[in-house]
Amino acid sequence: MVKKNSRPISPHLQVYRLPLTGIISITHRMTGVMLSVGLIFFVYLLNVILAGSGSYLAMQDFMNHGFFKFMYWGFIYALLFHCCHGFRHLIWDTGKGFGRETLNQFAMIELLVSLMVTLIIFLFV
Amino acid sequence: MAEFTLPKNSTLIKGNTYKASEAATNVRRFEVYRWDPETQENPRIDIYELDMDDCGPMVLDAILKIKNDIDTSLTFRRSCREGVCGSCAMNVNGKNTLVCTKAIDAYPDTIKIFPLPHMAVVKDLVPDMTHFYAQYASIKPWIETQTPAPSDTERLQSKEDREVLDGLYECVLCACCSTSCPSYWWNGERYLGPAVLLQAYRWLVDSRDENTGERLDELEDPFKLYRCHTIMNCTDTCPKGLNPAKAIAETKKLLVQRKLG
Repeated sequence: MVKKNSRPISPHLQVYRLPLTGIISITHRMTGVMLSVGLIFFVYLLNVILAGSGSYLAMQDFMNHGFFKFMYWGFIYALLFHCCHGFRHLIWDTGKGFGRETLNQFAMIELLVSLMVTLIIFLFV
Repeated sequence: MAEFTLPKNSTLIKGNTYKASEAATNVRRFEVYRWDPETQENPRIDIYELDMDDCGPMVLDAILKIKNDIDTSLTFRRSCREGVCGSCAMNVNGKNTLVCTKAIDAYPDTIKIFPLPHMAVVKDLVPDMTHFYAQYASIKPWIETQTPAPSDTERLQSKEDREVLDGLYECVLCACCSTSCPSYWWNGERYLGPAVLLQAYRWLVDSRDENTGERLDELEDPFKLYRCHTIMNCTDTCPKGLNPAKAIAETKKLLVQRKLG
């Protein structure tokens, strides 16, 4: 006799090819988690600024390091992307924007807008 | 809880390869998920090379050819071969579809065929649908009324009221959408999933149904309905071109509108 609960689970993440909307959805969630963690560092930076000019200068040196520059620009992009997709969710909540043919267009708009606004901030800072 | 990897008994092993005959000039490669409950072996991937000059145009034709000509033990569900029965739902090259309405030529290269994702496998390409059907039964998929039936006619519906059901009544409950949904993968025990929620909405908006309030009460639940995070895999994969995500959004709206009076 075969054991009844020995039935395997069919492959899921291993085989499923996420559509662009699915990739954006999981990215939205991951950026959400990363932004929460990033916010702790952000508050820490504010704290350092409050501690006086000496620590401010030290922090400035630290933050001009290439890796940390990359990190905070990443933070800014993640924030903007998260906002864009959050806005998309608000539109969805009104019952609009579900057209099958427009799904990928909207997704591209989100990606482009978040990239462009990051670029604009980069150019004006 | 979400388990991102497959349990030990579900990981894939290498299977058999069945070469096409030397004479075949138009060969395509099919990789098919196999699992036999009568052995203690893990699921395997068998590779079949088929001569396309001697095979019908649809993915189902290829599967039937394998069963008829190469390996009669290959097990799968199929019936109508025209997309109205919903039996032959499978995962083909990473997306769920009805293999009877999907042309082989729609895919460029090797065709990889798996059972619907994250389901208990009964054998080969046959998933266990028990829980899915139980969830469907739980939303009471029939008209419920309070008023007595009219004595001389049936409960009639205007043309406009009937049109509200367009895009809903076409659902054949193939479960392509539900099994494409990561939320359903991780919380399928309690989350109803897109297919059943689309059906729930179909009865919510039926002009003849008089139990809307109770239906909404049943759905107002953090798991049954609100595990939908608008990932949109359901709408992306539906082989009938329907929009379960929109039906779910409309259901959420009905709940908000009721609360606001």
